[in-house]
Amino acid sequence: MTEAAVWAALADVRDPEIPPVSIVDLGMVYRVVLTAAGAVRIRVEITPTYVGCPALEIIRRDVAARLGALEGVAGVEVAFVLDPPWTSDRITPEGRERLRSFGIAPPSCSRASPSSARAGADPSVPPSLTLILPTEAPPCPYCGSLDTHLENLFGPTACRSIYYCDGCRQPFEGMRSV
Amino acid sequence: MDRASVIALLYQLADDELVVGHRDSEWLGLAPHIEEDVAFSSIAQDEVGHATLFYNLLADLGEGRADDLAFLRPAALRRNAVLLERPNGPGSYLDQPQFDWGYTIARRLFYDVFDQIRLEVLAGSSYAPLAQAAVKIRREERYHLIHHTTWFRRLATGTDESRRRLAEGVARAWPDVGGLFSPGEVEPGPVFPATPAELWDRWVAALQPLFAEVGLAWPGRPDPEGASPDGRRGQHTADLAELLETMGEVYRTAPNAAW
Repeated sequence: MTEAAVWAALADVRDPEIPPVSIVDLGMVYRVVLTAAGAVRIRVEITPTYVGCPALEIIRRDVAARLGALEGVAGVEVAFVLDPPWTSDRITPEGRERLRSFGIAPPSCSRASPSSARAGADPSVPPSLTLILPTEAPPCPYCGSLDTHLENLFGPTACRSIYYCDGCRQPFEGMRSV
Repeated sequence: MDRASVIALLYQLADDELVVGHRDSEWLGLAPHIEEDVAFSSIAQDEVGHATLFYNLLADLGEGRADDLAFLRPAALRRNAVLLERPNGPGSYLDQPQFDWGYTIARRLFYDVFDQIRLEVLAGSSYAPLAQAAVKIRREERYHLIHHTTWFRRLATGTDESRRRLAEGVARAWPDVGGLFSPGEVEPGPVFPATPAELWDRWVAALQPLFAEVGLAWPGRPDPEGASPDGRRGQHTADLAELLETMGEVYRTAPNAAW
């Protein structure tokens, strides 16, 4: 049993709300620790996308089941950690592409821009109220048009917003920058 | 570690988030339009999720099961600010709700700004689990702040009616604002490294420019004589008892059930 084998198995664990994307794609797996003495015990540390995400218990169960099926594993511990905090910059390039193929615009990469408080700006800096501006919209994941606008900062799950594409005239979802 | 202050602070945080989250959830199906139903449901889910985290930190400190702390404690043991327990408006969710969007947006923005400042302070807390949670939660709360600021500006600069109703909402929320800043049983120190006066100054510095921008008169420091009960010391209105009755009704039918 190697750590690489555990990571490969974790790549099979899907996000319950976005099935084409794995928890590794999303950057949710922070660390894998193996105890080598005798039968292998695995500790997986997962950093939640959102504190109140209702999918966490499903993810815990799926991780335990997938790793428990590996040969020679005596125990699996799944721990949720907040340090480091999950940020949308943790999503891998493959994860971003898979999100797009599923019809969800990937989040803009955060960049520190203290003069702006757009929702895409550095999420670790609280915005000054008078600088809060209408949110920038990402390109449409279906047609690539830049002619898009925000419909709702809040969407069907805590991590997504809803946009509309004026190019192909349909709504789409986008993963938020957090 | 000042264990008593950590516990007192966690009760304030957990109870604030749970109570405001419940009030948010009561807009479901009643908000001005369907996008706002989605928004308030999502915000409610965030807030209840944060409350869950804080109740679990209390459970880790031996205060009892998180669900019991959330659903079974009587009003006198709650430490949320009174501002957050006020109903969204006249009537009740099931019986002729005449909820007030102007009041809701004013109350919500006042709390969001306070919460952002409180989380900034908590990020420097000597209690590591709380400091880590604050860093994460602050990134999520940012979206609430953006949303409610956008609504505040929209109502203030919309029609005569929207402006009047927002101003009325500000006036109604204002006597409760001071209660957010009450330290309750938290002793000043490294667990929460800021004084109520510092929090208040930062809150004013954040909000006053927005009032100026939209041309609303700044109401000034709330009159301590007219102040509402101090929720951080367990003083509450009958509205909280009613809220707890509704919120815990299902849980109390079978406290040992796994949900």
